[in-house]
Amino acid sequence: MRVTFTVNGRTQRADDVWEGESLLYVLRERLGLAGSKNACEQGECGSCTVRLDGVPVCACLVAAGQAEGREVETVEGLADRATGELSVVQQAFVDSGAVQCGFCTPGLLVAADDLLRQRPDPSDADIREALSGNLCRCTGYEKILDAVRLAAARTGEAD
Amino acid sequence: MDFLRPAAWEEALAAKAAHPTAVPIAGGTDVMVEINFDHRRPAHLLDLTRIGELHEWDEDGPDIRLGAAVPYARILDELRTPLPGLALAAHTVGSPQIRNRGSVGGNLGAASPAGDSHPPLLAAGAVVEAESVRGTRLIPVEEFYTGVKRNALAPDELIRAVRVRKATGPQQFSKVGTRNAMVIAVCALGIALHPDSRTVRTGIGSAAPTPVRARAAEDFLASVLDEEGLWESGRPIAPSAVRQFAELCSGACNPIDDVRGSARYRRHAVGVMARRTLGWVWQTYTRGEGEARCA
Repeated sequence: MRVTFTVNGRTQRADDVWEGESLLYVLRERLGLAGSKNACEQGECGSCTVRLDGVPVCACLVAAGQAEGREVETVEGLADRATGELSVVQQAFVDSGAVQCGFCTPGLLVAADDLLRQRPDPSDADIREALSGNLCRCTGYEKILDAVRLAAARTGEAD
Repeated sequence: MDFLRPAAWEEALAAKAAHPTAVPIAGGTDVMVEINFDHRRPAHLLDLTRIGELHEWDEDGPDIRLGAAVPYARILDELRTPLPGLALAAHTVGSPQIRNRGSVGGNLGAASPAGDSHPPLLAAGAVVEAESVRGTRLIPVEEFYTGVKRNALAPDELIRAVRVRKATGPQQFSKVGTRNAMVIAVCALGIALHPDSRTVRTGIGSAAPTPVRARAAEDFLASVLDEEGLWESGRPIAPSAVRQFAELCSGACNPIDDVRGSARYRRHAVGVMARRTLGWVWQTYTRGEGEARCA
């Protein structure tokens, strides 16, 4: 089947999509957007987190056909498209040393970005809750929490 | 595989009638896992995400009529007051990503004994609206679960909504797992006080082939509260009665040993959760809302 939807503001079309295929597979294998990572394929790890119509979801659990006509935002959409400048959350991850092997990073970035859109000044409990669906096996999470706090502080300063 | 994408509820019912083996999919948090792992290759996927009314809820007399596909995140945000037990359980489902997609209709459709919605639905009192082109059936939730991952739906039926009784007293939910997020319940328990009818209801998850009510425990506690005039006096429930209630809840279980826990542990844990949650709801009933607790 053919699936047409918006990815990071651009209309994208994928042909010959198998009906049981996930949105994640379409993004990675058909549209070449390999930022969203494929790991558990069961919604456990959060590495494939994207926003679907503005709501964070695991792309591995969205059937491709369910994305028809919808808007998807992936990690590729976070940085400024024209200048390549990193978003506040991305820069905070770099500056805080929140990235080790990097596999979980795209999902964490999308989840953290969404948190700060909902709650610009989150408590530690808010951060832990918002990131509870994203597994990281390298960092022990402390640097990730630091990064989100830093991004929140920088967002606050900018305002 | 065919991907059926009805735009309206009537179309969905017609599609299910034409293809009774079609697998309904909304949030996909169960169905997509089965497809990703090649555990299931349905001939038809029936996408329900375009049907607006499944994603809405409204008040209907004493009930909340909860559309089958309303995600847990919205239950948490919007229905905490009328459905406190279900909201507490919703908060323990998966992660934010899962709660944005998963729904009570999906939990009922999957009918896993470990589904987090089941204990609070049993405790609050709920009726499942099953609909087909032949008409609507209202199935009390305790009759809906027929076996491990089996439910009372006919092949041509879809879940339209679940009618959950609005709380008239405190409700609680407790769940045992290895962490606060992304946990399939080792076992779980919901309790609801119904001061209007002077009854108590319970729901136990993941401790029997289906979610169950501990009816003997409910009857015992209701008679203690009644005979000792505790609904009126608000005095503490005698420790011996609390203990007896917990033992009767344990006795309602018929658990198995599996990777998440042993049968013996589950029976024990259900008793502990029964005692604790009874303490919490009784404190709320007699003294108003206490401090927020981790269930």
